[in-house]
Amino acid sequence: MTSFWSAWIIVLTVISLVLVCWVLFSNRKTTVQDKDNPTTGHIYDGIEEYDNPLPGWWFKMFVITIIFAIGYLIAYPGMGNFKGLLGWTSVGQWQAEVDKAEAHTAEIFAEYRNTSVEALADNPKAMRMARRMFANNCSVCHGAEGKGSYGFPNLTDQDWLYGGSPEAIKTTITFGRKGNMPAWESALGEAGLSDMTGYVSKLSQGKTVAAEAHPDADQKFAMLCAACHMPDGSGNQMLGAPRLNDNVWLYGGDSGRIKHTLAKGRNGNMPAQGDILGADKIHLLTAFVYKLSHTDSSAAE
Amino acid sequence: METKLSHPDYNYTVVRQFTIMTVVWGIVGMAVGVLIAAQLVWPALNFDLPWTSFGRLRPLHTNAVIFAFGGSALIGSSFYVVQRTCQAPLISNSLAAFVFWGWQLVIVLAAITLPLGWTSSKEYAELEWPIDILITIVWVAYALVFFGTIMKRRTHHIYVANWFYGAFIITIAVLHIVNSLAVPVTLGKSYSVYAGAVDAMIQWWYGHNAVGFFLTAGFLGMMYYFVPKQAERPVYSYRLSIVHFWALVSVYIWAGPHHLHYTALPDWAQSLGMVMSLILLAPSWGGMINGIMTLSGAWHKLRTDPILRFLIVSLSFYGMSTFEGPMMSIKTVNSLSHYTDWTIGHVHSGALGWVAMISIGMVYHLVPVLFEKAKMYSIPAIGLHFWLSTIGTVLYIASMWVNGIVQGLMWRAYNSDGSLTYSFAESVLASHPGYVVRFLGGLMFLCGMIIMAWNVWMTIRKEQSIATAEVAEATA
Repeated sequence: MTSFWSAWIIVLTVISLVLVCWVLFSNRKTTVQDKDNPTTGHIYDGIEEYDNPLPGWWFKMFVITIIFAIGYLIAYPGMGNFKGLLGWTSVGQWQAEVDKAEAHTAEIFAEYRNTSVEALADNPKAMRMARRMFANNCSVCHGAEGKGSYGFPNLTDQDWLYGGSPEAIKTTITFGRKGNMPAWESALGEAGLSDMTGYVSKLSQGKTVAAEAHPDADQKFAMLCAACHMPDGSGNQMLGAPRLNDNVWLYGGDSGRIKHTLAKGRNGNMPAQGDILGADKIHLLTAFVYKLSHTDSSAAE
Repeated sequence: METKLSHPDYNYTVVRQFTIMTVVWGIVGMAVGVLIAAQLVWPALNFDLPWTSFGRLRPLHTNAVIFAFGGSALIGSSFYVVQRTCQAPLISNSLAAFVFWGWQLVIVLAAITLPLGWTSSKEYAELEWPIDILITIVWVAYALVFFGTIMKRRTHHIYVANWFYGAFIITIAVLHIVNSLAVPVTLGKSYSVYAGAVDAMIQWWYGHNAVGFFLTAGFLGMMYYFVPKQAERPVYSYRLSIVHFWALVSVYIWAGPHHLHYTALPDWAQSLGMVMSLILLAPSWGGMINGIMTLSGAWHKLRTDPILRFLIVSLSFYGMSTFEGPMMSIKTVNSLSHYTDWTIGHVHSGALGWVAMISIGMVYHLVPVLFEKAKMYSIPAIGLHFWLSTIGTVLYIASMWVNGIVQGLMWRAYNSDGSLTYSFAESVLASHPGYVVRFLGGLMFLCGMIIMAWNVWMTIRKEQSIATAEVAEATA
């Protein structure tokens, strides 16, 4: 803030407070007290006015709030560029609280730093902490149980966009992921879109079945789609290109939604947590996500 | 004694129109309020339609109760009070008629465009730019009629009620124009000229002073006429009214930043907003003291006169919510109460307890005068309305206090490992019983309004005029 605007704020504030005090103190005492005629003499539509003095408790309350305000504006930032005698800032207060919390919780998480992800997944105490972290940070998109929803991957199955090894999960959480499916509306045309939709729908029954039903789409798939999704539609975890020859769908598997995906493309975004949570917490979360997919398979067995 | 004009010289037509529409818009606005309260209890009532979703009906509710119900009450009563206390008719009947029809047009346009999703997305100022321009034109006409009538007054002084109405009219004009400045794109879409923290500050400078000057100063003007009139007692203290008027209008305008504590708004602005909000306590209470103490020597009238009861209880709610406001503006309290239902409860202790109840008292006082009847058709019905309103308001406020504190505590609770104890959805689940109670409280309040509409209708229809009533009393 320039010194002009700082002075502007200070001058306006002081003028306001001085005027309020002046109005208050100049009306403190009733000057004229005519016992026989205690009203002001004004009559409006039959309404008269007494001129009773200001109630004492009310006057005192008013003065106390003004004194508090002056004291507060000396102690805290308020008068333009004047920082206040306490040196308080809201950012400083926030940082102090974060630092205090970090100092307290850092050692709790550091304890698990050198334990392997597989071992942590079997540690009930660690997993209780990790579940709470998941609820705070991940469940908004992936659901309280990690089952995902439309556009957000299910973490409890064996289908991985970027790989389900502890290392791959940790990379995903730390750095985030950006999935990008381009729009093919102009390249395929309306008829081509419908044809390709049928082809992709049938891929889960095997590439031969799909190719027999939609031979044109099969050729276009090799040209346009196979680079990422692989010639047989098995996907590529290096690119995060989903497997298409199964029945797991990130954006819906009915023909309407497949067609929309083909026509308009998709943009998936898993936000990076590295700077937010730090390595120790991510280590624990990795174990929790790892456990999510391994619990289901062991239950199925 | 004063000189008195006889009734036919005053323009009562426009006051009658506004008074009737106060009742109509009150019922409409509060019915929408009850519907959206029910939507929070039973989400299926959104009907999965964009036009009936909470997000579009909520601004319809706020606009209808503040500007349609409150606005009609304020404009109508100010036209009545300014004529009576200045001993002068309105300077222009056609301009007054323009204000009435223009204001009704604004309301109808709001009721159409808001459910259609036309919105500037500025809270309490959602209407798009063509309607904003119409509001400005109508408001300037209103100011001309009001201040023109004061210029032509036959009394020497200007009565205190008119100071408050005047401050309300001038300040709302400034707030509306500055906050609504926007770049139009199409007929139904515009972008605010402000951005970021400046936009937020302008918005809450407007929003808080819409409360301060529309819902406080304006209704204090109403209070200063109808309380002494209904109580038939002199106003308690002229000098108190001077002090609290000037302190109120000069300090209120500073208090907006308390809506933006712990945000990107610079620290100095937050501090100034907080201390000015605290100073505001005494000036706010000045009006309550002056109103309630006006009754000294006539307390017994509260037993027999339910209209007076409405007026005095509204002042009690006013005093309560103007204590709560400064308290909630303290940063430490605000860090718990902000973003919770406590804020909704606070607003409604002012909106239902103060604004609506004093307007209801005003309507019950005015209808017999305007339609030349001896009194309202049914006094017991007014008594019933009083209890429905009071209990409804208490249920509303109490349930939102409980919800607000529960939400504030659940959101800040954390475990020893630093994680939050509760998810947001858990706090929503915990709020459900409070939403049921709030819905019931709102429903009771709405029922009272419908009883009032019936009572007003029966009073107007009634054959008996003042003349025959006087004859009846004389012969009795």
